[in-house]
Amino acid sequence: MNLLFALVALPLLFMLASLVAGRHGPRLIWLAAPLMTGLAVWLAMVVHTAPEGGALGGWPVPLGIMLEADGLAAALMMASAITAAITGLFALGSYGTTRAETTGSYTFWPLFYGLWAAVNAVLVSRDLFNLYVAIELLSICAVALAAFGSRKAAMDYLMIALAGSLAYLLGVVLIFAAVGTLDLSLIAERAPEARTSILIGAALISAGLIAKTALFPLHGWLPPAHGAAPPAVSALLSALVVKASFVILLRVWFEALPGLTEQAIITGFGMLGAAAILYGSALALRQEGLKALIAYSTVAQLGYLFLVFPLAGGGETITPWAAGAWGAMGFHASAHMLAKAGLFLAAGLMIHASGNGRMDGLTGLARAMPVTTLAFALCAVSLMGLPPSGGFMAKYLMLIASLASGQWPYALVILAGGLMAAAYLFRPLARMFAGNETPAITPLAHRWLPLAPLALAIAAMALGLLSAAPYELMASGLPEAGEAGLEEVEP
Amino acid sequence: MNTTILIPVLLVLAPLIPAVVSAFLSGHTGWRNGVNIGFAALKLALVAYALAGVAAGAEYEWRIAFVPGLDLVLRLDALALLFVTLSTVLWVATTLYAIAYLEGTPHQARFFAFFNLCVVAASGIAMSGSLITFFVFYEVLTLATWPLVVHTGSAKAMAAGRTYLAYTLAGSAALLAGIVWLESGSGPVEFADGADLSGFSTLSASVIFVLLIGGLGAKTALIPLHPWLPAAMAAPAPVSALLHAVAVVKAGAFGVVRVIYDVYGIETVAALGLGIPLAALASATIIYGSLQALRQSDIKKRLAYSTVSQVSYIVLGASLAGPFAVIGGLVHLVHQGLMKITLFFGAGVLAERAGITGIAQMDGIGRRMPITMAAFSVAALGMIGVPPVAGFVSKWYLALGGYQSGPSWVVGVLIASSLLNAAYFLPLLYRAWLKPSADTLPSRETLASTRTWLLILPGAFTAAAALGAGLFAGFELSPLGWATLIVERIYLP
Repeated sequence: MNLLFALVALPLLFMLASLVAGRHGPRLIWLAAPLMTGLAVWLAMVVHTAPEGGALGGWPVPLGIMLEADGLAAALMMASAITAAITGLFALGSYGTTRAETTGSYTFWPLFYGLWAAVNAVLVSRDLFNLYVAIELLSICAVALAAFGSRKAAMDYLMIALAGSLAYLLGVVLIFAAVGTLDLSLIAERAPEARTSILIGAALISAGLIAKTALFPLHGWLPPAHGAAPPAVSALLSALVVKASFVILLRVWFEALPGLTEQAIITGFGMLGAAAILYGSALALRQEGLKALIAYSTVAQLGYLFLVFPLAGGGETITPWAAGAWGAMGFHASAHMLAKAGLFLAAGLMIHASGNGRMDGLTGLARAMPVTTLAFALCAVSLMGLPPSGGFMAKYLMLIASLASGQWPYALVILAGGLMAAAYLFRPLARMFAGNETPAITPLAHRWLPLAPLALAIAAMALGLLSAAPYELMASGLPEAGEAGLEEVEP
Repeated sequence: MNTTILIPVLLVLAPLIPAVVSAFLSGHTGWRNGVNIGFAALKLALVAYALAGVAAGAEYEWRIAFVPGLDLVLRLDALALLFVTLSTVLWVATTLYAIAYLEGTPHQARFFAFFNLCVVAASGIAMSGSLITFFVFYEVLTLATWPLVVHTGSAKAMAAGRTYLAYTLAGSAALLAGIVWLESGSGPVEFADGADLSGFSTLSASVIFVLLIGGLGAKTALIPLHPWLPAAMAAPAPVSALLHAVAVVKAGAFGVVRVIYDVYGIETVAALGLGIPLAALASATIIYGSLQALRQSDIKKRLAYSTVSQVSYIVLGASLAGPFAVIGGLVHLVHQGLMKITLFFGAGVLAERAGITGIAQMDGIGRRMPITMAAFSVAALGMIGVPPVAGFVSKWYLALGGYQSGPSWVVGVLIASSLLNAAYFLPLLYRAWLKPSADTLPSRETLASTRTWLLILPGAFTAAAALGAGLFAGFELSPLGWATLIVERIYLP
């Protein structure tokens, strides 16, 4: 319990401290990175045996606030801690103490810690209002960070995020009016009494969250915002922020409203996910800007997450492992966090070095920047879903679930998505290997900067090679609907 | 704890360590070469130990769970060891050759890192004990080969890399689809037990088989999935050796053998009526590859089409499924490797030292470069099937197998193919040895000044091995003896 509280409160403390510390604020990351990662690992070890949770201040629900970490929360918290810690250390290169105090280095860090706190709060909150507070904090920090790149893109992002929040809040009000509680487990108990108004509320909540997650067809804001931001910010936005709103969506449907869903809703989520995979990949193939390509890849990769709605429960009768699709979703979310952050960081270094953000600026960089290229390549392998990587385990489990439950069209989409990912990611990679001259590059701020994306890439690989422990963690305390499938659970 | 279960792990680690070390020793050629050769020798010793153990009936197995119930299994049985031994021996030869071939060229560190990674993948493929393990290493091989194909960075090499990826990744998608379809119905498949096909209709089982073989066929270069292989000629000669003999096409052919014998089982393949169509496809590839080889005027291109043709002997032997045919197919896995690597070593030497890439330029080269051309000739004669070189043994057993268990046209295919082999190899030998030297050839003095024994001896060694494998085929530890041992264990469990 105190552990959960610490994981949410500590980043907030760091946020305040970085405001106060002024010029020395950036140095706090040297403390925050190991501390937060250590706590997240500790939490994972605790949750591995049983979900961890309790009411804040000892006040029971519905009076008090409930914090709870199941396996998925613990796994994602660990992946996001690794991602945020490494990205934070990387950001020292741009927002470090070596330069005079700039607006950038002063404002980046409070927003960074605020974002981290908000992500952790989303992962452990179990009532709709707390989730609202957390996602609002997250959106505000994310929009402000996005404004480091393009103000216009950030404004669009802000509008979408606010509209999403409004829809979400409206849905929460409807549900509260119907059942008189905001706690997810209490809603689950009382939901059957007021099915219609709850479904309308849930639809509004989902619409809001889909906009924030940038699921097709509400993805339009994402590529400009993620593509224009500085590398460390793009990494945080693509890796962490969009996952948080997706996790809330999971909590709502799988924990608060299992059994209330209809086949049409489940299929709807699945179809949107499939459309996102194909559409995002097709657009990524057409990009000439490296970061735009990676941003469109995020649109495509987010689609896979939504396949958990139709696939959950698929195959548990035949395969020896239960909850394949739930584990697949957890693997995909974690692997995408690590790999996408790594890809953005590597791309940022390459763009800095070559001074050209377009595809042709990459020519020959494999010779000038071998470590960065290796990191880029390994992250790309995970995103393509090729072994040995976390992305592959996710794809394998997803494919098994879709075929075992007889939903083979999803399997075709997944396979096609993998091939398209290979096609759009090998384009920049081929550029890096092309030619036989070593291009002259602008030196990096620090020689060790390429190690940050490399560390993320290795983490994404390790997730696929040593996948047994993370899989068991994600299966720990998983919701009934995650194991049996949404339509199988009795309301 | 029984330490012998670590042997499969050590066999994978032996090339992995130099792969990682090479990547970081970019400026230290001497150290890097030392590490590469040292670990190659270490691996040879391990292989020798394992050969003795497996011959005596031991099987080494090591496993770790991916997710509960789905294991990464490394299992060293007789069939696995056949491929491991081949890839290790040829790895040593190719490493030595590559050290000499690439001397003074840039980016050797990258080359050796990925080259060793390919050998890691080949060892993993050989020792895979389950379908998922096989797929993991198969993809590592796909990915690790690409940087080697595009090594020179020229426009031609980049195009070859694109073609390579287009075919192999599409093949991987088909293979993965087949694996997942199979495992979604039968649970994880381990080679030791085979797949439980009871839950599948005949049609589904056949479609899955087609997906698996089609996916593997991309690397095996079965028609119509072969065009990447001739295109990949843009890569340096050691890479060609790797593609054609050590790892890539072999991985595909080896996978076909595993699918037929250890996933479906011979009886099931026969019951589904899938063996003969596959044999027909392999035969078509054999004839087509030979005809295309005849039309090439570039040495490496001709050799590449020859590979398309020769690798399908392995598939043909496996799909005919009689004991003799299987022996012929398996033994050809080794024999083709020894002979084809010799030919590519030779072609590389010709291009490097004499600037010869076209067949028409070969006039009289035999007397100028006698050792290289002698090795080249032995291998070419072996490919045709002239006794006592190893290729004769393969063809003899394949023909016996075709006569014993296959349709009668198999023998015809073998005869036709041997005639075609002769038609496209003999002109090379005739030009090299019997035609007067062309004026364009570099003088003896120039050649003597560029002579590097490290370029010449690996080819001489593999040629001698090909000759030895044919001459001493009767011994237990010859490739033929070992293939017979494998087949005895398949048919007489």
